[in-house]
Amino acid sequence: MSLDASYTQYPMRREGYDHDLYEWSNIHTRAPIRWPGDKSVAIFLCVSLEFFPITPEDEPFRAPGHMVMPYPDYRHYTARDYGNRVAVFRMLEVFAKAGVTASFAVNAAVAERYPELIEAVRAGGHEIIAHSTDMNGTIASSMDDAKEQALVSDSLARLEAVTGSKAKGWLSIARSQSWRTADLLAEHGLKYCCDWVNDELPWRFSNGLVNLPLSVDLSDRQIVAVQQHSAEAWAQMMRDAFDWLAGEAAAQSSARVLPMQLTPYIMGQPFRIAAFEELVGELAGKKEAWFASGSAIVESWEAQQ
Amino acid sequence: MQEGAADPGLYDYHPYNKREKIAWPEGKTCAVWVAPNLEYYEIDPPANPHRKPWPRPNPDVVGYSYRDHSNRVSHWRMADVMERHGFPGSVSLSVALCQHHPEVVADGVARGWEYFSHGIYNTRYSYGMDEAQERTIIEDSIKTVQDATGQRIRGWLAPALTHTPRTLDLLAEYDFDYTCDLYHDDQVQEVKTPTGKLASIPYSLEVNDHYGFNVYGMSGREYADSLVKQFERLAEEGANSGTVMCIPLHAYLIGQPHRIGPFEEALRDIAADPRCWKATAGDIVASWRAQA
Repeated sequence: MSLDASYTQYPMRREGYDHDLYEWSNIHTRAPIRWPGDKSVAIFLCVSLEFFPITPEDEPFRAPGHMVMPYPDYRHYTARDYGNRVAVFRMLEVFAKAGVTASFAVNAAVAERYPELIEAVRAGGHEIIAHSTDMNGTIASSMDDAKEQALVSDSLARLEAVTGSKAKGWLSIARSQSWRTADLLAEHGLKYCCDWVNDELPWRFSNGLVNLPLSVDLSDRQIVAVQQHSAEAWAQMMRDAFDWLAGEAAAQSSARVLPMQLTPYIMGQPFRIAAFEELVGELAGKKEAWFASGSAIVESWEAQQ
Repeated sequence: MQEGAADPGLYDYHPYNKREKIAWPEGKTCAVWVAPNLEYYEIDPPANPHRKPWPRPNPDVVGYSYRDHSNRVSHWRMADVMERHGFPGSVSLSVALCQHHPEVVADGVARGWEYFSHGIYNTRYSYGMDEAQERTIIEDSIKTVQDATGQRIRGWLAPALTHTPRTLDLLAEYDFDYTCDLYHDDQVQEVKTPTGKLASIPYSLEVNDHYGFNVYGMSGREYADSLVKQFERLAEEGANSGTVMCIPLHAYLIGQPHRIGPFEEALRDIAADPRCWKATAGDIVASWRAQA
């Protein structure tokens, strides 16, 4: 099949990006950033609390980790629910023992269904950010405007009804946004999202919303579930990342963020949790490390802009 | 190539145990070249009926921003590591990067890197192009890189490895010296073209960081080990006739903080080996051509 003549024309070939969502910037030449206490590496732990309906939806796409087998897929429904019943409490214990703060990206349905879990997260001093309605609440440009608007409003209102406070942060399922999402999040009063993985410091969209990058490559889903490494190998990668970032921060006199996206039903398994606990404990003892919620990182960064 | 034939007729068969001696400069046995892919992927590319640019509807936020990491963070991290161990880059360039982020292209120029074309964007595929369209992207590539770097490009790696039956013949006609599109050998080989002379330089899929991480799912340490093993074997065999090892990189992959440290260790080991010739693609092809 031959191609239209327009295929070798490039209307957006210009200096800067081929979009106006945000501006280009080189991290190595930006004005230096310092974290509180003169720490150089902010460790952003982001734990996903997910409710997978046993009735999966494919529009706009099926979420990673969702049902696989024909209905009723007890296997995946229950294996995912394990995260919210058991595994997340192991992680909370690890955080309490090490004295560190995390952010929890919570489906509104999890907050409604498991208020005791939300109470435990809040009691640990952790931040709660919005993470759609449930795992059928995926976003992409193929969905219509009104539906996306309703999804964002509904997620935030239902979460607030349980927690009693407005979420400052947002994580889309699979970090998938439409052309409208950044504007919708800003219009709903959110301060930041974690969906764009292009940087190692926060940055601001043209509309004022901040993006706090949450790496895919460093996530337990990617390393343990997709690439099939052990928890010990994952922990070694996090040590390698921390060491590199601390060295780079010292050389450039500017701070960095080390994000770890964590999934209770993956990292909170009995045979994996010890490696996780050891890593968190070790990093908590590093003089360069600042364990902080997403909001704390974003607010510190904002104050230096 | 012979369009429609079972054997496309790209090259002759030469068994590895009966090769003429190729001698690299100063008695080196393995020419090692590092090929950073400096790319630009469009956020909203037009459809090509033969290949979909992104798995999700545009904008594919993860796909786009994952690659944008190169041009904001990891390019300099990767380039500094290469420079510390004396490896110049031979750059596979989405030439539109010269317009979008000239700072990145200028950084490679300042480090003395060689540039070749990897198409206009890595989201514009050659599949389905007619001859005029294909000539347009070749001429655009030559002019764009000349204007941005002062270099006349000598090599080609097809955008997203998409070809037409006439691609290699056109490259020879436009006086290119080498293509990185063929994976049949660990030595430089002649490509059969109706006019001109074109060499195939070993690039690599197997030790490409994209394969290492996103196909084989290696850790940074496993990938670094595989590079050292690849070099060890090729340096040993190169005593018979000079071999080529390419390390194809994407900053957004190799430049992630958990991978770059182990990668630096591998480069340090390879650079320290007296059998290693740290070269550009152009140097390797020129040395081979003088002996062929």
